[in-house]
This record gives sequence, C-alpha cells and structure tokens, in this order.
Amino acid sequence: MPFKIGIVGVGYAGFDTMTPGLSTRELMFEAASRAYADAGIDPRKDVQSFICCTEDFWEGISITDEYMPDQLGAVLRPLCTVSSDGLVGVATACMHIASGLADVAVVESHSKASDVVNPNEIMSFGFDPVYNRHLDVDPRFLAGLEMTRYLKDSGTKREYCADVAVKNKKNALSNTRGVYGTNLSRETVLASPNAAAPLTELESSKVIDGSIVMVLASAEKAKKLGDHTVWVRGIGWSSDTPVIEDRDLATAAYAEQAAARAYKMADVRAPVSAFDLAEVDDTYSYKELQHLEALKLAAKGKAGRMVDSGSFDRNGKLPVNASGGSLGVGHLLEATGLHRLLEAILQLRGQAGQLQIPGARKAVVQSWRGIPTATGAVAVLGN
Amino acid sequence: MRRRVAIIGAGMTLFRRRMLETGKELSFEAAKMALDAAGLTLKDIESVVEGSAPDAFDGIHMKGEYLIDGSGGIGKPYQRVYVGGGTGVFTPVAGWWNVASGLYDTCLCVAEEKMSPLHPHPQYAFWSIFDQILERPLGTTLLWIFSLEMRRYMHKYGIKEEEIAEVAVKNKGNAVDHPCAQLGAKITVDDVMRSEPICSPVKRLDVSPPSDGAAAVILASEKVAKKLTDQPVWLDGVGWTLDSTHWTNRDLAYPEYVEKAAKMAYKMAGIKNPRKEIDIAEPYDPFDYKELHHLEGLQLAGKGEAPKLAIEGVSQRDGDMPVCPSGGLLGVGNPIAAAGMMKVCECFWQLRGEAGKRQVKKDAHTAVAQAWGDLMQVGTVTVMRS
Repeated sequence: MPFKIGIVGVGYAGFDTMTPGLSTRELMFEAASRAYADAGIDPRKDVQSFICCTEDFWEGISITDEYMPDQLGAVLRPLCTVSSDGLVGVATACMHIASGLADVAVVESHSKASDVVNPNEIMSFGFDPVYNRHLDVDPRFLAGLEMTRYLKDSGTKREYCADVAVKNKKNALSNTRGVYGTNLSRETVLASPNAAAPLTELESSKVIDGSIVMVLASAEKAKKLGDHTVWVRGIGWSSDTPVIEDRDLATAAYAEQAAARAYKMADVRAPVSAFDLAEVDDTYSYKELQHLEALKLAAKGKAGRMVDSGSFDRNGKLPVNASGGSLGVGHLLEATGLHRLLEAILQLRGQAGQLQIPGARKAVVQSWRGIPTATGAVAVLGN
Repeated sequence: MRRRVAIIGAGMTLFRRRMLETGKELSFEAAKMALDAAGLTLKDIESVVEGSAPDAFDGIHMKGEYLIDGSGGIGKPYQRVYVGGGTGVFTPVAGWWNVASGLYDTCLCVAEEKMSPLHPHPQYAFWSIFDQILERPLGTTLLWIFSLEMRRYMHKYGIKEEEIAEVAVKNKGNAVDHPCAQLGAKITVDDVMRSEPICSPVKRLDVSPPSDGAAAVILASEKVAKKLTDQPVWLDGVGWTLDSTHWTNRDLAYPEYVEKAAKMAYKMAGIKNPRKEIDIAEPYDPFDYKELHHLEGLQLAGKGEAPKLAIEGVSQRDGDMPVCPSGGLLGVGNPIAAAGMMKVCECFWQLRGEAGKRQVKKDAHTAVAQAWGDLMQVGTVTVMRS
C-alpha cells in the first residue's frame, strides 16, 4: 500500500530578528492556535500525540519538554521531545499515525534565538569535547573546511556559491516572512567579510525567532479535516558519523541516504523531473549545492552551474528555495526543517501569494541539523 | 496497520558512580551485548533509537548526535528521544513505533547516561530544569520537591516513614543478586531510619545514587522475531503522558500522569484487570516512596495502599506480584535514561526465565515497566508478554 499521511494544518508565529513581546511559550501558543484553527481541530479532544523538536542548550533549560504541554493544549496527553530537526519530528508523527497510535498528531519546533546570548559558544559545545572543542575558533570553521573540500572535489566555481545567496535573498524580498531579503550582486556577496574562509558572512544564514506547528492526520481522518491536505508520500532521515575527521566533507552523505529512503517510499525514480519545486537546506550557500546533488536534483558537480544559469530560479526549470530559504528568510534553529516544509505546503496549497509557482503539485523538502552534525531528513510531498 | 513488536535481545553495562568508559563506549557495550543476545550484527539493524537525559550532565550540545557512533546509528535512520527521567522506558516505546508503523523490521534501542562528568555533583544539572524566573532564584534542587511529594503522600494517607523504608530494604536486597548493581545490600528498616536526612523526610537510604551506565534492547517485527527466536517477549502495550508544567498546582499525593499512561498501555495490550493480569512490575523507584506512588498510578494498588505490598510480602521476589525484582534504581543504580531501560531488560530476562538468581518464583507471563521524570510530570509505560 502506498504511503500516505496528510498534513491538514499549519500555523506559525514570529519570523523576526527579535520577538520581545512574546515568550517562547507565547510564541508556541500563537503558532499552535493558528494551526489548530487551520485544521479545524480541538487539541484537547482530537489529537493523540504531540511531538516537540528542541535542544536543551538552545532553550537554556534542561529537559525542555517540561515546558511544552500547556501552550499546546497537551496537558495530561502523550507529548515527547525528539531531539532533532522538525522534519524528523514529522517522520515521528508519520510513524505514530502509521502504527495506529494516533489519528491526528501535532509537531512543533521553534527558535527563540534572540534570547541566546552566546550562540557560537553553544554551537561549539556540539563538538567532541576531547578532540575538537579546544580549538577556540568560530564553530563555522567546519563549514569553511567543507566548502573548500566541496569546491575542490566537485570542480565547482567559487562564484556559484555566491549566486545561491544572491538568488535566495532576492526570492525572500517577495516573502512576507522574509527577514533578510535584499537585491545583491555576486561581487557584494564575495566581498563581504569572511565567516570562515572561503565562506563569507552574506553566504551564512542568520538566526531569527519563530515557532511552527504542523497537524498531521491519517488518510481517513484527513478527508474529514478541511480541503487543503498536502500528503507526505515518503520520508527518510539519516546520520553520518559524528567524528568529523572520518567524514567525506565534499558530499552530504546523510542527505543522499535520507533521500534514497524517501524516494523509495514515494516511488520516485527520476528525481530530476519528479518535482515542481524543492525547498532544501541552505544554512550556508555551498550547502544548497551539496544538498541538490545529494537529492539527485543536479548531477554531481553541476549544481553550481545550474544556479548560475537560472535553472533553480523561481521561474526556472526547478524552483529551489523560491521562499528565500534560510539565507533569505532567516534560520530557525531546529525549526528550520519545518520552515522548509511550511513554504512547500503553502506552494502546494496555492497559498504562496507573490511566491506562488503556478500549478505546483509535487515538492521535495530537505533539512540539515547544522554544525557540527551530519544529520538530515527528506520528505516527498504531493497534493 | 499496526504490527506486533517483539523484544529479541537485551544487554546492559555495569552501573557505577564513575565509569572510565565514555558515553559512546557505554552505549557500544550495551548495544553489542543486546545484539549478541539476539544473534544479530549491526548490519541486520534497520533503525536506531537512542535515549539520554539532559545534555547538561555531559556538557555536550546535541548529545544525541555525539552518541551516534557508539550506539550504532551511522548511516541509519537515527532518533534521540527524550522525556527527562521517563526516557529509559520511552526509548523502547520509540523503537516500538519504528517497527509497529511498518517502516522498519529491526530497531536497536540504546539508553545511556553518564552523570559523572558534572562536577562537583550531577544534582547541579537539575537546577537548570526549573523555571528561570519563578524557581531558579530559590536555588531549588530535585530533593526539595521530592521531600514535598513524600510528605504529602504520607500526610494524605497516614503512611509512616518506616513503612516506606521497607521498599528500600526490599530493593537493595534484591540488587545483591544483580551482577551490574551499584548498591546492593542487606539492610534493615532501622538502617534507613537512622541514615542521614538529606531533605527531611527524605534520608540517604531512601534515595537512589547518581550513576553511569547504559542498557539496550533489540526490537523486531513479528515475522522477523519468529525467525530469530523461540522466546520472543512481546511489547504489547506502550503509553506515555505529560502533565502541566505547573507542578505547584498538582495533586502531589497521586501521579495522575502515570495512571493515564498506564491506561493507554493497558488498553493497547488488552489488559482489563491489571492487578490480576500483571505478574511482575518494575515501577520507577528513584526514591522508595516513588515505587509506592507509581504502583498506585499503575493501578496495581489502591490509593494509599501500596505500602502494604512490601510489608505483607506480595511485592517480594517470592511474592504474588514481585515488584522491582531487579533491585530497582535504589539497588542497581540510577543512570537516568539507562535505569528505565534496565527495567525493560529485567522484564525481558524474567519473562524468558533468564534472570538467574533474580528469577521470580511465580510463573510469570506479563510484566509492566514504568518510568517517570521531568517536573514530577511524565509517565512512560510498557507492557510485555512472553
């Protein structure tokens, strides 16, 4: 039987550099209220499982699930933390529904990055405490190393990475959620200060605040809930080794493996021609290229040239991050995967406003957990 | 469609106050032992679930990512799940949905905790679980809220400290027979009563120790399990529930969240009369009164009536319903996430008749394991059958 789980409600709040008027819990409440209204459900009666994707250090709290139930309407209900990107939370909800544990499941993830005084220090705490952490440098050094390796092995021109930033930041100008939308030239991007050479600051996404909530339902239940269901047809997630010295820094093995699983479930045989749009992780400019190749949306070493030639523009052959991605809209920490998913859902519903890609019916969405991880997820969507 | 899920192998490390092994190595040891017990290698495993409690113990951000290689997750779908102290029993629950959903046929579930890296004492990590504005300025510790809870439980039902101490005596005594145990000992109620008060009425011997350790189980779909073993232990019921953040508004005498989680698991397993149908219980016992609290939440004793079970011998290893035959957290030790998984392992070994000197007298077919955590807030429950 083909895999088919419905996303019947979406809600979000925030999408700004700071949200001083709202606490994390209030931000979640707003996003959840909107998602429940969108799906037409009462969380206290209709939902059997709640999943939050959070990490303690970003929250400044140990055991963050303690602080999740009330604002989601989940008191005395099954709620748990999956310490991963929101898209892995969506995979978890799919498993809860497929196993019959739940008819309706809710996934939440958020960023309250403006509360974090020392984001670089926290990111550094992700490195191995014995072998890597003592390097007292910007944790993005790993991105610099990866980018160098990717450019060398794939033969991609350095400038093409800058083109990703130009494209995504331009796309974000038409996105009401976009915080970092702007018209830039390739030269400006290349001339911006180094984040971790060769990666420049304008190629490195900046964090924003926001909360995103998704309501998922079984195929049977989804039929009764609204008329704008977007279907998850395949989902996969994978992790490469945590030992950074052991990785092939040139490729995103985790995304290749996750995509292979998602494509198999959704019976996608020729990814290049299977989708009307793609929302892929672009935390750093080169990551979008790496990920496009891992997802087989571009041949190895060809993604850069395709960006340069406009194939991935909003009116190109396959619009990639038509929303503006993390570079244009902003990075939402563990909610970044849900943000990719949100933008794709709005497209498939025909609710993307100025961003709308006409006739969008199939999409692929991909996430990455950021430095220093090699973990990512892929979802195949259809309407 | 839901598929039946079986446990086909279990393993655990020593539980000790300070282990020389890293968290990765502890995970590896437990996972390897479980794989060997199931007659499998990592190649046979399709997905991996890791359970571990606060990152603050290790001081490692995204601890789940750090533990991937030790727990065998490289190149596989890997999830780290986390509900505070409830994580240990929740880890096989996560494995259950990996298999029951039809996505994967085999799942390796590893629960690991290394509390010792935190100096001077792991208790400091728990300060950061409290509300930043309302509670942290008080310098709160977990022991405070447990003493409030214990006192409330005693007050509401007129229970004496001596009656609660029977649990510590039973569990530490049971742990003498556990080869991994940290604090097995033959003690008396008098020893507990005379031990140093930590936060009255909680005394030294009422409390489980901080520990390092790991435990693991292998889950398989019915089809695969039947090929691999003649003695699958079926994971027939899973349940979990989280109560409100506001623990100050809660009935401290009764864990409603455990009741709800238990009812979810019992319903799935088709258990109608838990006290009659359940042969062995492994409720979470980080404190002796918690075992009693949880037995009531699990519907295995009436409200305020759990203390009788140990005193009358019902919950002893040779009793009618042995409770914590492993020795529990009080005796075996309490590496948070690993402790809950140890209980699931114990049920597996007991139901297969492989518990050695700890084997219960009763012919046992159904067991329940339960853990609890967060701000006295979460209940996680699994029901297993041979």
